[in-house]
Amino acid sequence: MFTMTSTILRNLLKEPATRRYPASVRPSFEAARGEIRNDIHVCTFCGVCAVKCPSQCITVDRKAADWSYDPSACVQCGVCAEVCTSGSLQQARDYRKPVRKKELVVLKGATTPPKHSDPPVTG
Amino acid sequence: MTRTIIPFGPQHPVLPEPIHLMLTLDDEVITEAVPAFGFVHRGLEKLVEIRDFHQMIYVVERICGICSMLHAMCYCQGIEEMMGIETPPRARFLRVIWSELHRMHSHLLWLGLFADSFGFESLFMQFWKIREKILDIDEATTGNRIIVSVNVIGGVRKDLTLEQTRGILSELKSVETELKRLETTILNDYTVQNRTVGKGVLTAKQAYELGLVGPTLRASGVMQDARMLKYAAFDDIAFTPVVETDGDCYARCKVRFREVFQSIDLIRQAIGKLPNGEIAVKVKGRPDGEVTSRVEQPRGEVFYYIRANGTKHLERLRVRTPTFANVPALLTMLPGAGLSDVPVIVLSIDPCISCTER
Ligand code: SF4
Ligand code: SF4
Repeated sequence: MFTMTSTILRNLLKEPATRRYPASVRPSFEAARGEIRNDIHVCTFCGVCAVKCPSQCITVDRKAADWSYDPSACVQCGVCAEVCTSGSLQQARDYRKPVRKKELVVLKGATTPPKHSDPPVTG
Repeated sequence: MTRTIIPFGPQHPVLPEPIHLMLTLDDEVITEAVPAFGFVHRGLEKLVEIRDFHQMIYVVERICGICSMLHAMCYCQGIEEMMGIETPPRARFLRVIWSELHRMHSHLLWLGLFADSFGFESLFMQFWKIREKILDIDEATTGNRIIVSVNVIGGVRKDLTLEQTRGILSELKSVETELKRLETTILNDYTVQNRTVGKGVLTAKQAYELGLVGPTLRASGVMQDARMLKYAAFDDIAFTPVVETDGDCYARCKVRFREVFQSIDLIRQAIGKLPNGEIAVKVKGRPDGEVTSRVEQPRGEVFYYIRANGTKHLERLRVRTPTFANVPALLTMLPGAGLSDVPVIVLSIDPCISCTER
């Protein structure tokens, strides 16, 4: 009998174990596997990430210099960021914010390699 | 008295996952129970045809949320055996640490759900509060709370720093203290004993003949645990399975409760003996041949059959999960029990249905 009493009393005297989310948010751990971000100016469109991704949610079009990714299909395993050949793909610590609509993230790089006479292409 | 048939589940407040039981009752007493599955089948084994054998690690991890690490570990050990890969010692110890953390959070989850099944809500919350600490360890060390994704063929992906191992040890200390405090409640409380002692009894002979695995088997007095096969680093770690002899719901609860402490001890041993060195070896070539692999999951022994043909896709993958082996026990335990004991008895095998249906 009364085996829970000490636990109950302790809980009454202590702070709550829960947080008032979203008013108070615990910062992500350093190692946390969050959102995938690609620095498209550095990406070489080699396509390795697309091949290795277990949920096959990355598409790379080398000719069009197009890198797209489906965040709702991503399982946040971090494999793509690990294998990226140029280091452009990074996994952030923070999770993606909730969204109302499922949308692809499409990033466009420079389409044609710059010719010698052309000014360097940016954006 | 007329016969009544009551459908129990697939959606029932006490069931964490969908299983349907057709209960035939004579007054309040069950005379027959017929379980039915098929609500969460996803066809994950068939994915071997379109995912290569490295990508399959992340697929098998998602067979079950709660024993994800152990699914991946079993799969990787199978492929490593097939390809003749020797994993570095540090990787093997790290696998033990993370797999035992998984066992702890799975058992704590179950202890909470079990308390919930006989209506002890506050105890349920206490267990889940403790479980949160383990999930925090997982997230801080691997990047994710449950699907830790640490296994790769040839080793592990993440390493533990000295600081992290110290952090784990101090967290485990506080988990141990808090669990000790709940020990009298879960094991000695009048309400708990009243609802669990003598319910769903299985003798050792019955349990063995039904082919049960894990805590459900060990609670009936059969000492069988896949960790006795000494996979990963278990040959360097002292380990004796937890066994109880009564074979009722209370004994199954006791086995799991004691196994949490055992896991704490195993993690301490593994951290104490953690060798330095590489955490993974490079994998070259493709698997060819066939292999079976077994590891002890929180719910019991999981069995993998893998057949490969030298291409990057496996030919066949077959998973026999512990719940698949444990469900037949319900057919023996439920007849003769009262209707109000059904939730307790069903939960006492720790059913994981997504695992079973894959
Ligand atoms: S994190 Fe994993 S699932 Fe997500 S895009 Fe990268 S490889 Fe694919
Ligand atoms: S692996 Fe890196 S460089 Fe290659 S396409 Fe992907 S993001 Fe770009």
